[in-house]
Amino acid sequence: MDVSQLQRSWVEFLTALFNEGFLDSQFNQLLQLQDESNPNFVAEVVTDFFHDSERLLNELTGVLDQQIVDFKKVDSHVHQLKGSSASIGVERVKNMCIAFKAFCEESNREGCLRCLHQVKQEYFLVKDKLQTLFMLEQQIVAAGGSPPLM
Amino acid sequence: MAIATETQFHVLAVDDSIIDRKLIERLLKTSSYQVTTVDSGSKALEFLGLQQDEQVDSSSSDSSSTTPEQNEIEVNLVITDYCMPGMTGYDLLKKIKESQSLKDIPVVIMSSENVPSRINRCLEEGAEEFLLKPVKLSDMNRLRPHMLKGRGRDQKQQQEENQEQNQSPSSGNKRKAADEGPSPERTRARYSSNSSLTVL
Repeated sequence: MDVSQLQRSWVEFLTALFNEGFLDSQFNQLLQLQDESNPNFVAEVVTDFFHDSERLLNELTGVLDQQIVDFKKVDSHVHQLKGSSASIGVERVKNMCIAFKAFCEESNREGCLRCLHQVKQEYFLVKDKLQTLFMLEQQIVAAGGSPPLM
Repeated sequence: MAIATETQFHVLAVDDSIIDRKLIERLLKTSSYQVTTVDSGSKALEFLGLQQDEQVDSSSSDSSSTTPEQNEIEVNLVITDYCMPGMTGYDLLKKIKESQSLKDIPVVIMSSENVPSRINRCLEEGAEEFLLKPVKLSDMNRLRPHMLKGRGRDQKQQQEENQEQNQSPSSGNKRKAADEGPSPERTRARYSSNSSLTVL
């Protein structure tokens, strides 16, 4: 595939992510912050987001597995995940965190466990999509181009 | 090139999240600010040169301790997250405003929650601005007026000092020029007198 073809599939893929609600306008902000002096900014900050999210999801699994659940701890972890997903613009994960927090405030263990399951699903789904996006970007770069400005 | 470096505003950004630190750093740099990031309120105070014992026990503070005037780099604005473990952004704001040497530095608070009582509390304590997270490029334009105000005040103080030393007939005009905005000459003089940043 030539550069322009790759660029087109990159735009199509990204547009679909916005249209399907995986990403919101904050992700566009990240794209705007990437330039020649910082060509890997988006991939770098999103990779940090992956590490941070997986740490938080593991911690949440552990806390909710306890006999007596420390809901303050659960709330603090969900709060962090909500904040970082909002900063990246990963909308579905962020929205799921809002529902998660409501169950925390009710000290509803069943509700929290259900939300944790759904947050994990949404998270791994969007992680997969973003990794595909970065792969397309690498192909564009390898072909001698750069991702088009959105 | 040299002048551009010297007239750049320097922002100290405080956030415990690595993701948000990287984001705010890029936002500020893209908006042509010089940036230092730290991950806690206590590290921010350390960077600003505020000794913990400055308020707690002034008798034990030794004369060689760092004061903001001796700092390597001048800070024109502090932008801090509200919700942090240990010292919150609100605690940091209070510490800065309580300090005789730091109180003139403009402080901007960022928070993911739109809680009016929280916003009012911060503004009453002397914060210049309250930004809702996630922070965007357009928010960065709101910082500049606060820094220009701060720099204008510094220049006025310098002007007054200069006037005391040298009552020349042109001093009236000089003051007017300073009020209209920062002049490259002024800034250069200021930086070279107290920092190692000058690249001529």
